Amino acid sequence: MAEPLLQARGIVKHYGHVEALRGCDFDVYPNEIVALVGDNGAGKSTLIKILAGSEQADEGEISLEGQRIHVGSPFEAMRLGIETVYQDLALAPDLDGSANLYLGRELMQPGILGKLGFLDNRSMRAGARKAFGELGVDLQNAQSAVANLSGGQRQSVAVARSVAWASKVVFLDEPTAALGVIQTARVLETVKRIRDRGVAAVLISHNMRQVLEVADRIEVMRLGRRVARFDAKKATIEQLVSAMTGGIAEEGAA
Amino acid sequence: MTALTPGRGQAMRLAIAGRFAPLAARWKAFSATRFGSIVARTLGTNGAWIFLLLVALMFVFNFLAPGKFWTEFNVRTMAENVSVLLVIAVGETFVMATGGIDLSVGYVLLFSGVTSAQAMNWGGHDPTNSGWDIVLLGLAVALGSGLGWGVLNGLVVAKAKVPALIATLGTLGMSWGLAEILSNGQDLRYLPSIIGDMGTGRVFDKIPFVVIVAILVAVVGGVTLNLTRFGRYTLAIGSNQEAARRAGINVDRHLIKVYAMSGMLAGFAGFMSLAIFTTTTISGHANDNLQAIAAVVIGGTSLVGGVATVVGTTIGVCIPMVLFSGFTILGYQSFWRDVAVGAVLILAVYADQLRRRRRERR
Ligand SMILES: Nc1ncnc2c1ncn2[C@@H]1O[C@H](COP(=O)(O)OP(=O)(O)OP(=O)(O)O)[C@@H](O)[C@H]1O
Ligand SMILES: [Mg+2]
Repeated sequence: MAEPLLQARGIVKHYGHVEALRGCDFDVYPNEIVALVGDNGAGKSTLIKILAGSEQADEGEISLEGQRIHVGSPFEAMRLGIETVYQDLALAPDLDGSANLYLGRELMQPGILGKLGFLDNRSMRAGARKAFGELGVDLQNAQSAVANLSGGQRQSVAVARSVAWASKVVFLDEPTAALGVIQTARVLETVKRIRDRGVAAVLISHNMRQVLEVADRIEVMRLGRRVARFDAKKATIEQLVSAMTGGIAEEGAA
Repeated sequence: MTALTPGRGQAMRLAIAGRFAPLAARWKAFSATRFGSIVARTLGTNGAWIFLLLVALMFVFNFLAPGKFWTEFNVRTMAENVSVLLVIAVGETFVMATGGIDLSVGYVLLFSGVTSAQAMNWGGHDPTNSGWDIVLLGLAVALGSGLGWGVLNGLVVAKAKVPALIATLGTLGMSWGLAEILSNGQDLRYLPSIIGDMGTGRVFDKIPFVVIVAILVAVVGGVTLNLTRFGRYTLAIGSNQEAARRAGINVDRHLIKVYAMSGMLAGFAGFMSLAIFTTTTISGHANDNLQAIAAVVIGGTSLVGGVATVVGTTIGVCIPMVLFSGFTILGYQSFWRDVAVGAVLILAVYADQLRRRRRERR
């Protein structure tokens, strides 16, 4: 197999007395969809937050394309081409969909107006309409605050935001949890499309059928560690469940 | 979230909502049109209502005191009296839009007026006939003093993570105390006559300079809040600070800028106050901070941030003034203004709460 695109080794994270990650490893290869599965509280979201720079690990190493990196803030992750759909979405509810899509990367007016800090809302709205359209989301009132959207529409906004900007890796923490059938299919299609564009996708999901269907590879976490890795074409739901619940020996321990 | 207890309260709410439903529906239809949406967004969520309230108050007072309330003199006096407050309220709008609060503005205003006046009196020389160089020195000192306090507020809030309420309460006390110490509690009365001329000057013999300056500040503030990246970041931080941070916005630096701007506007307001009163008016700013905050909240800026308009704030500054003037002309004690403003304030926050609750229930 090729060199890993993104590699995490021995990540440890404490929250007070809780040990959320206890020496967790994780690999993402180029041009793949890797699913990250595990029981509630296994540490999936924590691992993603660390790789995306919004939390700092207590111990461990991260490397991107073979280079050791330090992801000190979300901004640094974004600069490295890493984007994230957080489980709690992390949208600004009072702003509209296009403002959220472009938050932190606003399009500015050309010329002197842009230098003065004036936003190009028209272009941003046009871009937003296109991005949301690709996800099958029809925002009837594009200027409505995100808080007024349905849960699924909000999730689509968050997904659109990260796939639009990712150039290396995109993390999706349960991106379809609130979505309807059509929107779920669209999000999964989008994930496949960005993989074909050369961006690796990390999908966290509790839906094993979905995982087996879209992922190329599957990594399983339990109690803050990676415990198993599977080729999605060969794995079965029973194998995944038994790895998640401790039915098989831990990776490396054997 | 507290669940609504069904019963009398809810029945009443429904009845009230029912009474206003046709109006509300019509407003909703209007704000769906292209022109309407511009109006609606300019006025903000509470904006339409408080604008109507302001107009209604003017009509009522004009009706009750014909020929006295709606005169050129009275309108000009009211405008002059709100101009200083409007300037600090614009800064306060940005601070509150981030979900913060700046209690220090009134005393930073005072402090800046004192340091500015003292700078112009430096070395014990009487500046009455001084030229523009001394005036500009005074302006620079006022702006610099305000900026200094603002940056301090910003650093304490953004970096030291002290809640804004306490951080700015602290600088309120510090700037107040230092203003008293520096001035020995004595008002400084010797100022360049140019400054006094600016305070009394009028455009076309009708509109006071200070009013025009305040309106300019409000226009620039409104444009900045609604049309620029600075404004967008301000609202994003107030809306969800963590989301703004995860979007790569340097939240701490932006917060420092916002508090710095509020401080600098307070310093500028201190200089305007020198121009209007030609003295430092040490005892005259005790309530400026609360008046500014009330104006911002009445204007529809959400107490938790994320939603704000400068147009709303401008209306929010005017309503207490109209009440004050109206009650005074009608011969009531002006304290009725405080009673009325208090009630309007509570209603404004209640409306904001209702809106949020409706939203969270979805
Ligand atoms: N900010 C925090 N403070 C304290 N404990 C935390 C915090 N975040 C996570 N934890 C703890 O770390 C552990 C792992 O949590 P995490 O959210 O990573 O799980 P998860 O695998 O994403 O679960 P789920 O499938 O439910 O989303 C849990 O025991 C959780 O209680
Ligand atoms: Mg999780």
